[in-house]
Amino acid sequence: MSVKVRIPTPLRPLAGGRDQVQVAGATVRAVLENLEKECPGIRSRLCDERGELRRFVNLFLNDEDVRHLGGLDFPVQEGDVLSIVPAIAGGAQRCAAGPPCR
Amino acid sequence: MPPTIKDLMSQIRSHVKEVTPAEVRARLDRGEPFTLLDVREKEEVDQGHLPGATHVPRGFLELRIEGLVPDRKTPIVAYCAGGNRSLLAAEGLQRLGYENVLSMAGGFTQWRNEGNPVVVPRRLSEADRRRYSRHLMIPEVGEAGQIKLLGAKVLLVGAGGLGCPAAYYLAAAGVGTLGVVDFDKVDESNLQRQILHTVDRVGTPKTESARKTLLALNPAVNVVPIEARLSSSNVESIFRDYDIVLDGSDNFPTRYLVNDACVLLKKPNVHGSVYRFEGQVTVFHPPAGPCYRCLYPEPPPAELAPSCADAGVLGVLPGVVGLLEAVETVKLILGVGDSLVGRLLHYDALKAEFRMLKLRRDPKCRYCGDGVTFPGFVDYEMFCASPVSVAP
Repeated sequence: MSVKVRIPTPLRPLAGGRDQVQVAGATVRAVLENLEKECPGIRSRLCDERGELRRFVNLFLNDEDVRHLGGLDFPVQEGDVLSIVPAIAGGAQRCAAGPPCR
Repeated sequence: MPPTIKDLMSQIRSHVKEVTPAEVRARLDRGEPFTLLDVREKEEVDQGHLPGATHVPRGFLELRIEGLVPDRKTPIVAYCAGGNRSLLAAEGLQRLGYENVLSMAGGFTQWRNEGNPVVVPRRLSEADRRRYSRHLMIPEVGEAGQIKLLGAKVLLVGAGGLGCPAAYYLAAAGVGTLGVVDFDKVDESNLQRQILHTVDRVGTPKTESARKTLLALNPAVNVVPIEARLSSSNVESIFRDYDIVLDGSDNFPTRYLVNDACVLLKKPNVHGSVYRFEGQVTVFHPPAGPCYRCLYPEPPPAELAPSCADAGVLGVLPGVVGLLEAVETVKLILGVGDSLVGRLLHYDALKAEFRMLKLRRDPKCRYCGDGVTFPGFVDYEMFCASPVSVAP
């Protein structure tokens, strides 16, 4: 199973500047594990120490919030799109889950 | 000898029952279902009418009544200025088979003289008709919609990258009252995107600069500059007077404060945010959809949300997102279309792509969840553990 993961602007430095990454995996959790191999350091931005999604990050499988699909163990289908949507404070100054800027 | 008008009226009174204004008032107060028909001419109705009345001039009554009141058993109370035309109207309705028609004796004059409530319909002036003619041509706006816009009160949180374009178009659209909250002063680096401000106003308060530009565009708008830092102690008194809050802030403490106040005061919170080439827009208005805390119960910790003074944004981007917020605001005022309640619109400017994501309310949300009492405002700076920065 291969899904397209959309990388939001604040996390693109961890993905070598890419805005999307094609990743294999049977569940959302497996996709995130494989995403970490492609983009080292990205998983700790998305998940806490217990491996659960951080509360200031939302993942959408196609147009549905992964939390409402039952969480990270939800199975993915070939061709699905997984979007990472971090909290963005607003304008030019501040970003969630973003790389340090200074 | 033909009957006089006096003969005719007393003849009609023999088979049309009358009610007093006091009886009609009592029925309205009890919430009784009946159709209240104002049979006067338009010019009279424009001066004031009874609450909830349907206006059909006596001359068109028989022609239009079937469309308005198809069921002949519906109770109807007709009134005019003094109680004579409504008697004639009631008789006409009886002839068409309406069984439950009453005429209000003394009419509107007596109703008003007895101190009962009167609704004076707002009308557009000739100048309004010229200015908003392109709105009046759209069925979804029209005269009624424009009157709603003129009566609407929108609060803009921030006169920055998002608030400037939104306020500009809302003023142009004729939104009657625009509150603008900002504590900041115009900086040269704002001018790349904050289109209400100008070179000669660098160093002056953004609220005052915004007011000048908005009034130059539309002097009829009541622009309320609120030069203050939004806080737990002033947020309720500032928000209370407005119908809709448009969040154009740039920092997490304010985002959470705006959310919590809107949940408490049950105001729609039109939300937009931008980052470089990406933007997000939605409307938070529980219980129809989620609040900001359903989506992001906690802000990111400081180490993951550094103060990125150099994060930057494409200057046009907040223009797009701020105007999407303005469109949603106008839709809410007019009550048309499908609002972004329960949906997040994501814009990727580099890809030139819009995507729609579904949002759901969290029934266990601490602020808008089922059966939850408002937990109160918190120390938002502490909650977000990061200092407030300047507007976008």
